[in-house]
Amino acid sequence: MNVFLETLIGGLLAGTMYSLVAIGFVLIYKASGVFNFAQGAMLLFAALTFVSLREQGVPTVLALLLTVLVMIVGALLIERTVLRPLVNRSQITLFMATLGLSFIIEGLAQGLMGAQVRALDLGIEDVPLFFGEIMVSQFDLVAAGTAVALVILLALLFNKTRIGISLRAVADDTRAALSIGINLNRIWQIVWAVAGIVGLVAGLLWGARQGVQFSLSLVVLKALPVLIIGGFTSIGGAIVGGLIVGAAENLAEAYLGPLIGGGITPWFAYFLALVFLYIRPAGLFGERTIERV
Amino acid sequence: MQAIRKHGLAAASLALLLAAAPPVSAAPGEQFLPLATYRVGAYASSGIPVWAGMIDYLRYINEVEGGINGVKLVWQECETEWTAEKGIECYERFKNGLNGAPVAVYHPNGAPAAYALSDKAAADRIPLITLGYGRTEATDGSVFPYNFPVMLTFYSEASVVINYIAQREGGFDKLKGKKIATVYHDSAYGRETQGPLKLLAEKYGFENIQIPVADPGNEQSAQWRQVRQAKPDWVFLRTWGVSTPVAIKTAARFGFPVERIIGDIWASSDEDVLPAGDAGKGYLALTPYPGGADFEIHKRLKEHILDQGKSDLKDPKSFGSVYYNSGLVNAAIAVEAIRAGQARFGNRPLTGDEGRWGLEHLRLDEARLEEMGFLGLLQPLELSCSDHEGGGAAKVQQWDGEKWNLITDWVAADRATLRPLIDAKSAEYAREKGVIPRDCRAEQ
Repeated sequence: MNVFLETLIGGLLAGTMYSLVAIGFVLIYKASGVFNFAQGAMLLFAALTFVSLREQGVPTVLALLLTVLVMIVGALLIERTVLRPLVNRSQITLFMATLGLSFIIEGLAQGLMGAQVRALDLGIEDVPLFFGEIMVSQFDLVAAGTAVALVILLALLFNKTRIGISLRAVADDTRAALSIGINLNRIWQIVWAVAGIVGLVAGLLWGARQGVQFSLSLVVLKALPVLIIGGFTSIGGAIVGGLIVGAAENLAEAYLGPLIGGGITPWFAYFLALVFLYIRPAGLFGERTIERV
Repeated sequence: MQAIRKHGLAAASLALLLAAAPPVSAAPGEQFLPLATYRVGAYASSGIPVWAGMIDYLRYINEVEGGINGVKLVWQECETEWTAEKGIECYERFKNGLNGAPVAVYHPNGAPAAYALSDKAAADRIPLITLGYGRTEATDGSVFPYNFPVMLTFYSEASVVINYIAQREGGFDKLKGKKIATVYHDSAYGRETQGPLKLLAEKYGFENIQIPVADPGNEQSAQWRQVRQAKPDWVFLRTWGVSTPVAIKTAARFGFPVERIIGDIWASSDEDVLPAGDAGKGYLALTPYPGGADFEIHKRLKEHILDQGKSDLKDPKSFGSVYYNSGLVNAAIAVEAIRAGQARFGNRPLTGDEGRWGLEHLRLDEARLEEMGFLGLLQPLELSCSDHEGGGAAKVQQWDGEKWNLITDWVAADRATLRPLIDAKSAEYAREKGVIPRDCRAEQ
C-alpha cells in the first residue's frame, strides 16, 4: 500500500511539472486558437538567457528581471513580424508559422548563447523527505507550489483586470471583441509575453532538474497529452491533465511496466490521451464547439 | 529599386555564406577525411568538442608532421543532427571523395547512421569506424569486412563493468548473490548489453536486474523507485544525453549512493555530470578515452595549435574534456590506419579498400603510442580480419564535482567468454543476408 501511495503522490507531483509547460500553450490557444509549436523553443530560450546572464555575473534577481524583459521584447517582435502579417489567415497557417518560429528561436538561442550544457542551481535541494514510510521529493513539492501560485496569478489576471477581461472577450469571439474596440494586436503581444514568462518559470524548474540544454525544448512533448486530457482552453484543465498524466504514467510504469518489458512512460501518456479523445474530444475542461449546419 | 534591394540582399547572403564556408578544396595527392558532424540539435553539446578534438589533431598532423608520410589531409563537414537520414545524405555526398582526394575510412558519428550505413558502406567498399558504438557482432570481420567497432564494443563494456565490480568486491567469487541493476536507455544501444550481462550473471551468480528508461528520459521517478525497491549493490547506468544527469539527480533523490553508480561510455562526459551539480560528486564512469589535458599529445597541441590560435575549440575549458579527447582518439585511429595502409600500398592517398586493409593491420603498441603522444589516453590495439575491435578495455574515472579523476588503469574485458555470443550473432546475420564469410586464416 505504501508503494502504491508513494508512486501515486510522486506521480501527481511530477505531473505538476508537465502542467507548467502546458499552461503556456493554453494561454496562446485561448487568445488566438493557435497551437503554439514554438512554446518549447521559448522555454529553452528563456532558460538559456537566464543562465547566460548568471554566467556573466549578473545577480539572480536582476538576471530574472532581464530575462522577463527579453521575453517581453521577443513577444513584441513575434507579434509584429510573424502574427500581424498573418492576421485573418487560417489557423493552420498560423500553426505553420509557429513551427517555423520554433526552429528560428532554437537556432538563435544556440547560436547566440552556445550549445553547451549548463548547470542551473536554484537553491532548491532535490533531496527526499519522508512522511512516515512515504518518500516525497522536496523539489517536486516546490514545483507543485510554483504551479499553484502561477495558476492563482493567472486567474487574477484573467478575472480581475481589464486586460484579462479583454483577453477573454477575444477568446470567446474575436470579431465581436474587435467590433467593440479591443486591440487584437495588443492582446496578442500581452499573451505571448505572459506565455514567455510562464515558459521562463517552466524552463527554470526543468533546467534545474536536467540542465539547461537543447533537450529542454523537447519537454513540450509531455505537454501534448496533458492538453488533450485537460482541454486546450483551460488553465485549470492543464493542471488536472498534468496530475492525471503524472500519476497514470508512474503507476503504469510501476505495475504494468514489469509485465510488458518496461519503458512505457512516454507512450502511455499518449495512449491515455487517445482514450480521452474518444470519450471527451474537447478534454475535461475544454470548450465544446457547436457548429450549426 | 526593389530589384536592386533584392539582388543586394542575395549578394550579401552569398558573401556571408562564402565567408563562413571553411577552406576545403582538395589538391591531387591529398587524403580526404569526411566529417559527418552534429553541431546543431539535441546532441550538439556532445558533438562540438568531439569535432574540435578531431580537427585539432588533423591540423596538427598536417602542420607539424607534414601530413601522413607527406600526404596532406583535407576534411569537410556535413551536418547530420545525429539522425540516420541526414547521416545517409552526408555519406552519399562524401563517398566518392572530394575533388579527386579519396576516402579511406569513414566515421558515421552516430548509432542511427552507423546502423543505416552498415550494408551500404560494405557495398561501396568503404570501412566504417564506429568507436564505442555500432554493431557488436561486426567484431567478426569475416562477416563484416567494412565495419570496425574499434577499441570497445558494448559487450566488452558490460564485461569491463563486471570485472571492475569484482575488483571492488574482492574477487569474482564475491559476486555470487550480489544484485547488479542496469538502468538503460530503451533503444538498440541500451538493450545491447542484455545478452552479455545475462551470460556473465549465469557465470558469476549475481542477480541481473534490467530497468529501461524510455527516450528522452527527462522524468525517471518510476525507474528509480524500482531501483530503491530492488536494493541493488551496484547500478550500471547506460543512458545517453539528458537521461544521464536526470538519472544521477533522481538517484540522489531516492537515496541511492552515487559512488555505487557506474556510467557507461556514453554516460561518462563532463556534459553528463555538470548539470547534476552536487548529486554527481563521486559518480563513476567507464571510458576508453579518459578526460584530462596532461597527456603528451595535449602538450603538443597546446604549443602548436591552441597557442597559435588555430584550434577549432570555441570554449578553451573543453580542452582535455572527455568528448574532446574522444575526438583526438577517433582522429588518431583514422590517421594510424591510413599510415598502416601506406606501409603496404605506398605513401599516397588510399582508397576505401586500402583503408580497410590498413585498419585490419593496425598495431598500436605502447612504444608507438608513446611516439604519438597518446600513451595512457589510447589503449594498445591490435586489429585483424577476425577481430575488428582489437582492444576491449576501459579505465574507470570518478567525478569530484569539478573534474574527472582516473581511479584505475585499463580494465580488460573477458573477451574470450563473450566471443561465442558475438560469433553466434554474426553467423545469424550471415545466414539472414546470405553473406559468405571470408576465410580470415587465408588472409593473414
